[in-house]
Amino acid sequence: MTWEIVIGIETHTQLSTASKIFSGASTAFGAPPNSQASAVDIALPGVLPVLNRGAVERAIRFGIAVGGTINRRSVFARKNYFYPDLPKGYQISQYEIPVVQGGSVTITTHAGEKHIRLTRAHLEEDAGKSLHEGLPPDLGDVSGIDLNRAGTPLLEIVSEPDLSSAAEAVAYAKTLHALVTWIGICDGDMQEGNFRCDANVSVRKPGAPLGTRCEIKNLNSFRFLAQAIEFEARRQVELIEDGGRVVQETRLYDPERNETRSMRSKEDAQDYRYFPDPDLPPLTIDDAWIARTRAAMPELPAAMRARLVAQHGITDYDAAQLTGSRELVDYYEGVCAALPATDAASHKLVANWVLGEFQAARNRDGVAVAVAPVGPARLAELLRRVADGTLSGKMAKDVFDEMWRANRDVAVQLTGVAAGVEAGMVDVIIERRGLRQISDEHAIEALVDRVIAANGAIVAEFRAGKDKAFNALVGQVMKASKGKANPAQVNEMLRQRLSS
Amino acid sequence: MIAGARDGAGTVRALSDALRARRISSVEIAQDALARIAASQPVVNAFISVDGEGALAQARAADAALARGDAGPLTGIPIAHKDVLMTAGLRTTCASRMLEHFVAPYDAHVVARLRDAGTVLVGKTNMDEFAMGSSSETSYFGPVKNPWSAECVPGGSSGGSAAAVAAGLLPATTGTDTGGSIRQPAALTGVTGLKPTYGVCSRYGLIAFASSLDTPGPLARTAEDCALLLNAMAGHDPRDSTSLDRPREDYLRDIAAAHTSKPLAGVRVGLPREYFAAGLEHEVGVAIEAALAELRALGATTVDIALPMVEHAVPVYYVIAPAEASSNLSRFDGVRYGHRAARYGDLADMYCRTRAEGFGAEVKRRILVGTYVLSHGYYDAYYLQAQKVRRLIAQDFVRAFERCDVIAGPTAPTCAFTIGAKADDPVQMYLNDIFTIAANLTGMPAISVPCGFTAQSLPIGLQLQGNHFGEARILNVAHRFQQATDWHRRTPKSGSAQYFAAHSYETGAR
Repeated sequence: MTWEIVIGIETHTQLSTASKIFSGASTAFGAPPNSQASAVDIALPGVLPVLNRGAVERAIRFGIAVGGTINRRSVFARKNYFYPDLPKGYQISQYEIPVVQGGSVTITTHAGEKHIRLTRAHLEEDAGKSLHEGLPPDLGDVSGIDLNRAGTPLLEIVSEPDLSSAAEAVAYAKTLHALVTWIGICDGDMQEGNFRCDANVSVRKPGAPLGTRCEIKNLNSFRFLAQAIEFEARRQVELIEDGGRVVQETRLYDPERNETRSMRSKEDAQDYRYFPDPDLPPLTIDDAWIARTRAAMPELPAAMRARLVAQHGITDYDAAQLTGSRELVDYYEGVCAALPATDAASHKLVANWVLGEFQAARNRDGVAVAVAPVGPARLAELLRRVADGTLSGKMAKDVFDEMWRANRDVAVQLTGVAAGVEAGMVDVIIERRGLRQISDEHAIEALVDRVIAANGAIVAEFRAGKDKAFNALVGQVMKASKGKANPAQVNEMLRQRLSS
Repeated sequence: MIAGARDGAGTVRALSDALRARRISSVEIAQDALARIAASQPVVNAFISVDGEGALAQARAADAALARGDAGPLTGIPIAHKDVLMTAGLRTTCASRMLEHFVAPYDAHVVARLRDAGTVLVGKTNMDEFAMGSSSETSYFGPVKNPWSAECVPGGSSGGSAAAVAAGLLPATTGTDTGGSIRQPAALTGVTGLKPTYGVCSRYGLIAFASSLDTPGPLARTAEDCALLLNAMAGHDPRDSTSLDRPREDYLRDIAAAHTSKPLAGVRVGLPREYFAAGLEHEVGVAIEAALAELRALGATTVDIALPMVEHAVPVYYVIAPAEASSNLSRFDGVRYGHRAARYGDLADMYCRTRAEGFGAEVKRRILVGTYVLSHGYYDAYYLQAQKVRRLIAQDFVRAFERCDVIAGPTAPTCAFTIGAKADDPVQMYLNDIFTIAANLTGMPAISVPCGFTAQSLPIGLQLQGNHFGEARILNVAHRFQQATDWHRRTPKSGSAQYFAAHSYETGAR
């Protein structure tokens, strides 16, 4: 009998507010240590927290997007513990009554769709950072504390243990990531730690009650999430099969060794002494606030996916890929609008190019959609030349490549600035490289006749019933045209001539 | 300095009039106050920090404003803040070794309001460490003495603020009241002290003891002066989420009305039988009865009321206040500011030694109690239960205020006790707040006014409690009472402090 893996995920999503959740200090990443720590953030005596309504607004947006209940009254609580990067000696979080309860997200794996239930989503503040390395050597053997991150707003999203494989866990994390960036509540930068997952993993025999779980902390990439879960599940199964027992504990994943290690056991767990924060009245959210937020919500991925299938005629698979990220689908729609795409064929052409060449180039060079060297208007120009027969698919790829490479380095340097390929560049490249496809019937006729005349042996083979010989003749025509002949026309003309 | 001697010992109102009539300058008043403070300090120890230079600079600015005709009622009035309130550039210690050298980079909201009103900040007053106490004995900077008897405590925790007014060092001071810390020392030193409705004065810049109870307020010789100060101190502060956003009020409005023979006609004074039970010192009881007779003589009617849940106020308070304190004081960890142990091993050792050295015994006791009642498995039985009873106590008062306008009774069950008498018996010490705590638990306003003396010439205080936002009403009742009595005008004259001989003055001579 095989083992079943049971996974629940807690995600710390950094909300994209300009200022912190309880102070006016900036949340911008990468500033010099402690330059963005106000009196509230460093917890001077006498200072008090004031809730940032922008953080609440984003939590409401999330609640609406996942179909959860937005509590009209939720309570901020203090989670008490001592740590140098926790200036107040307590973290302000939500405990008994969170801002959002319930809701679900739908994930797609090869096994199909699955609804993952959410337990809750609550607002809280982030802690600062302890720095143990990279400090000026003259300071001696000390640790540093950077409180720039202290007080950054987080939405902790907790799933039910509905996930049963590393693949599902990754699909869930990716879907959630796409959703929070889609609705504009999180910029989703995982390297900056703006989207961090903790995985609760246990194993059991099918039908058995839940096993003892271990929590793996701070997984900040999808790959690590998958590897950590796979390692941890294997570890637990081996432990049990060897007659051991899983101990409830918190573990850390070490990507270099690809293993999880015990951080602290349940026995060491601290008593956080949660109690309602007397400095903050209960958070009240009225119906009008929810209605205003709902009215300002963008079309959600699932709805947009269905619309693209119905209205654009693209496949559900392509629609799912495109709606995997707001930026990508915005790019797709930008190309469609500029082309303009009017029928299923042209929409499919755009979808193929965006998901094909464009994504491949982006992934190869690690470029974000917003700063891609080939913007939607330029791609539309290129596809216009494909649609009107000027360029074959192969030629269009060459032109795309040249545009991309020419502007790649500029674009990478100018992160944040939209791509800079000039309008009309497509036609300039076509002219310069002489890439115009030969679609003229007479020119193709002449090429075909020349090849037939020069390849009597192959023609004879074809006539003797060897179908493969036909492809050889097509190849000869294309070669004779230096690849510029319209392949469809070449095929048609060749068949016509050989059958006569 | 003759005028200074006379007016400096007087009321805010009298000084304000004298300043605006240009009979005296703010600099003269400040110099006089500084001299008195210096002379009193070895005996009374009312101050932790005195800022002579700063005071004189502010006084000169006030005199310039007065000369320009750009002066409000508080311009040029010297005051001091309890050392729990942050004062920009002036050390704020909370009477603790933990913050012995801490200089605040900003003003508390009420400090800024009083600064903007033109007051002259003379110094910071002594108190119980972290405002935890009823005797002002637990200060790292030594105990405060009662100006009426140097053998006695002045009450607490705002003991320095009360003693400074009682000794005639300043016409007014600020305090904070978490369980009676303005009213009880006011009663024990014979001055007037007001705890406003929770949320009327911002807590921003008040070093938190128990956040849901802490309330800044004024101490002065008269209710009228308290109203003058409250007019400046009150007001919405967006930096404090518990600060109330209400239209501005003139707390002098009722006081300003003309005096009649029965100024309290129509006022119903509630007498909770629970406040006149056993445990009340005989002399206190006698003085309170006399005060009630005076209120009746002024036209008030008295009505018996019941506050059955109020007997639980002390235990409820001693769960909630330490719980909040245990969390509020966590920031004093030696990491960013304040005391840090000179020698330590690892991080946990640094925390332990720093806090063991930085906090005094009473603060530690409350942190321990607070940590315990919030602990897993005890939270429901203690903290949650206390919050429920807190609501029941509030309901008692809401019901009572359907039948009366103010609730009267003793501020404290006893007069000032001897220094050290209760230092080793925390429960006896805690019981001194038995009548004052309810106003903090309910958030309602209350004032203590002098209403008599014991045979040993120790002051006795009458407490008047009001419904939420009833400050103007209780201030008016207190004012009318003070119009008819002279308890608040009496000053310690002899015996207790030799400096009084050198600086003889008469208070309230008008």
